Amino acid sequence: MKQSVLLGAVASAALAASAASASTLDNVKAKGFIQCGVSQGLPGFSNTDDAGKWTGLDVDLCRAVAAAVFGDASKVKYTPLSAKERFTALQSSEIDILSRNTTWTMTRDTSLGLNFAGVNYYDGQGFMIRKSLGIASALELGGASVCTNTGTTTELNAADFFRKNSMDYTLVAFEKADEVVAAYDSGRCDVYTTDASGLYAQRLKLTNPDEHMVLPEIISKEPLGPVVRQGDDQWFNIVKWTHFAMLNAEELGVDSENVEQMKGTDNPSIRRLLGIEGEFGQGLGLSNDWAVNIIAQVGNYGEVFDRNVGPDTPLGISRGLNALWTDGGIQYAPPVR
Amino acid sequence: MTTGVDGHGEGAKVSLINDPRWRGLFFQAALLLAVIWLFWSIVDNTVTNLSERNIASGFGFLDSTAGFSIIQTLVPFSEESSYGRVYVVGLLNTLLVAIVGIFFATILGFVVGIMRLSRNWLVARIATVYVEVVRNLPLLLQIFFWYFAVLRALPGPRDSVNIGDAVFINNRGIIAPSPIYGEGFAAMPVALLIGLVLSFGIRRWARKRQEATGQQFPVFLTALGLIVGLPLIAGLATGFPVTWDMPALAGFNFKGGFVVIPELISLVLALAIYTASFIAEIVRAGILSVSHGQTEASYALGMRPGSTLRLIIIPQALRVIIPPLTSQYLNLTKNSSLAVAIAYPDLVSVFAGTVLNQTGQAVEVLLMTMLTYLTLSIATSVFMNWYNARIALKER
Repeated sequence: MKQSVLLGAVASAALAASAASASTLDNVKAKGFIQCGVSQGLPGFSNTDDAGKWTGLDVDLCRAVAAAVFGDASKVKYTPLSAKERFTALQSSEIDILSRNTTWTMTRDTSLGLNFAGVNYYDGQGFMIRKSLGIASALELGGASVCTNTGTTTELNAADFFRKNSMDYTLVAFEKADEVVAAYDSGRCDVYTTDASGLYAQRLKLTNPDEHMVLPEIISKEPLGPVVRQGDDQWFNIVKWTHFAMLNAEELGVDSENVEQMKGTDNPSIRRLLGIEGEFGQGLGLSNDWAVNIIAQVGNYGEVFDRNVGPDTPLGISRGLNALWTDGGIQYAPPVR
Repeated sequence: MTTGVDGHGEGAKVSLINDPRWRGLFFQAALLLAVIWLFWSIVDNTVTNLSERNIASGFGFLDSTAGFSIIQTLVPFSEESSYGRVYVVGLLNTLLVAIVGIFFATILGFVVGIMRLSRNWLVARIATVYVEVVRNLPLLLQIFFWYFAVLRALPGPRDSVNIGDAVFINNRGIIAPSPIYGEGFAAMPVALLIGLVLSFGIRRWARKRQEATGQQFPVFLTALGLIVGLPLIAGLATGFPVTWDMPALAGFNFKGGFVVIPELISLVLALAIYTASFIAEIVRAGILSVSHGQTEASYALGMRPGSTLRLIIIPQALRVIIPPLTSQYLNLTKNSSLAVAIAYPDLVSVFAGTVLNQTGQAVEVLLMTMLTYLTLSIATSVFMNWYNARIALKER
C-alpha cells in the first residue's frame, strides 16, 4: 500500500514541482526551442510526412511562434499527445504550447489552469457513414453503433445529440484515432463521429474513401485553438498575437512572397505590423520584426490554410467559417496599433 | 568480540549515545520522521501548486453528471449518472474481465502444462509451440490481433450467423435471448442451492465412510443428479415461469436480448491465451518437481495413470504451483487495463481515461485508480495465500 501511495505522490509532486518560477519566454529562450504538443497524426492539422517532418495547420502555428521568438521557424520540437494526456502535459510544463485541435470550452478555460489563445480553426462535429446505408440525415441514425475517441467533447456532443432527438445508440470509444478508423473500417460501427475536419482527414485512411460520406448535420460548435498555461500573460500574448499577425497579414494582403517589398509601403497598418513604425515587438518582449519573420517563414493565415487543408489538398476543405470577416467568414483579428 | 570480560549485563554505565540499542532506536525514529516529512511535503506541495494554478481539486467531481454513455454496463447507467457511477461501472467491467479471464486461463494453462509432459510426441510438440509462440509476443499485439481478427471474420448485422432464430453472431457481438423471470421463479435457484448443499454433505459422508470401511460411493453421479434434478423438479412444479426477450433485427442492429460485445470477447481471449502460456510452464514445473518415485509407487499400488495424476501428482505439485500462479492472476488483472486500446470500458478506459479528461482532475482520478488496483491485487494475493496455507504439506 505504502509503495503505491508513494508512487502516486511522487508523480503528483513531479507535476507540481515543475511549477515554473521563470517566465515561459525566458525558459524557451534558454533551451533554444519551443516544445509544442500536437496530435498523434491528423492529416492537415499535425501529421508527419514521408520524411518524418511534422506538417499541418496546428504545426504551422507552433512554427510561427518560433519564428516570432527566435526568427527561425524550425526551432520547434514536437510531442505527440493523446486526447487524455494533452492537458496534463501542458499543466506540468512538459510542453510550452498545446496546438492540437483542442476545443475551447468553459470548463477547460476556467478549471484546468489553462488559457485559450485564439481560434485557428472553427469546426463542428459531424457524422461519417457508408454510402451503401442509404442515409441522408443524421436524424435517421437511431439504433446505430457510433465509433469515436475517448475523453473528448465529441463523446459528450454525441450523447447530447442522440438524447435530444430520443434516438438509441451504442457508443464505442477508443483511445487513439487510428483504432477508431480501423474499427469503423472493419464494420464495428455504422457511424464515425468527430469534428468534421477530422472526418475529412481520417477518411483518407480508410480502405475505400469513396464509399463513405459525411452527413450534412453539424451538431456542435468546436472552436479549435492553441492553449497555454494560465499565469504567464507575456507568453499568452505572444501566442495570441502570433495568430492575429497571420490574420492581419492576410487581411492587409501581405504574404510570404511580398513581405519584403511591402516594407516600403505607405499603408500605416502594414507599416505597424511589419515593425517599420512603432515599437510593437517590445510589448511582447520580442524584436520589432517579429511579424515579418512569421509571414516570411510560415506565411499568412490564408497561405497556411490553403497549404494544409484547403481545396487543393487531399482534404479539400473550403474556407467557410474560417474565411476572414471581410470575406463573409468569422476569422477576425484586433488591429496592430 | 571486543566486549571482553566486563561486557554487557554487568551493569556497566554506558552513556545513551554509545548504547547500540538506543542508537538504533534513534535512527529508526529519525528515518520514520524523515519519511513522514517527505510525504507531507509532497502532498502539501501538490495541493498548493494545484490551487495556485487554478486547477480544481478535491473529490466533489464524483457527484457531477457524466454526460457520456458506456457500451457495456453491469449496473444501470445512463448519461445522467454521476462520475462516481462511472467508477462503479468501470470497476465491475474490470472485475468481469479478470474473473472470466482467470477462469479460462487456469483451465487452458493446466491442460497445456500437462500436455507438454505427454509421452505422445505430437501432443507435447503442439503444447511447446503454443507456449513458445504465445508467451513471446507482446500482449497488446495479441489483443489487437484478436480484436481485429474477430471483427473482420464476422458478418454485419444484416448477414448475421443465425443459430435457431435465437442466437445471432455478427460484428456487433453475440446476441442471445435474455430471460425475463416470472412469479414463482425463485423456487429454482433455491432448489439449486439445496442440491449443492446436499452434494457437499454427501461428499463428506462418502469420504468418511471410505476412510472407515474402504467402500466407495458414486459421489459424482449423485451430486450431478441432485444439482440438475432438484431445480428441474422445482421448475416442473412451478411450470417454468421464465419468458424470453428475443432479439430481432430493427434498423441498424438487433434490439432486445443481451449482447456480449466483441471487445469483451477479444480481451478475454487475448488475456486468457496469453496468461495460460505462463501458467502452463508453472504447471509443468510443478509436476516435474514431484519425484518420479511417487508415480512408480502409485503404479505399484495398482492405481491407473488418471487417478495417479489426480490424487498423487497434482496435490503435491500444487504446493509448487500456487505461489507463482498467484503472480499470474495478479498480472492478468493488471493487464486487463490494456482494454483501453480496443474500446472495452474497463476502469482505466472509462475512469482514468474519459472521466480524467472531462474533469481534468488527474491527481484524484489516478490516485483512486491506483488504490483500486492495489486493493484488487492484495485481495487476490490474500486469498491465494490462504489457499496455499490450506493445501500446504502438513507435517505430523
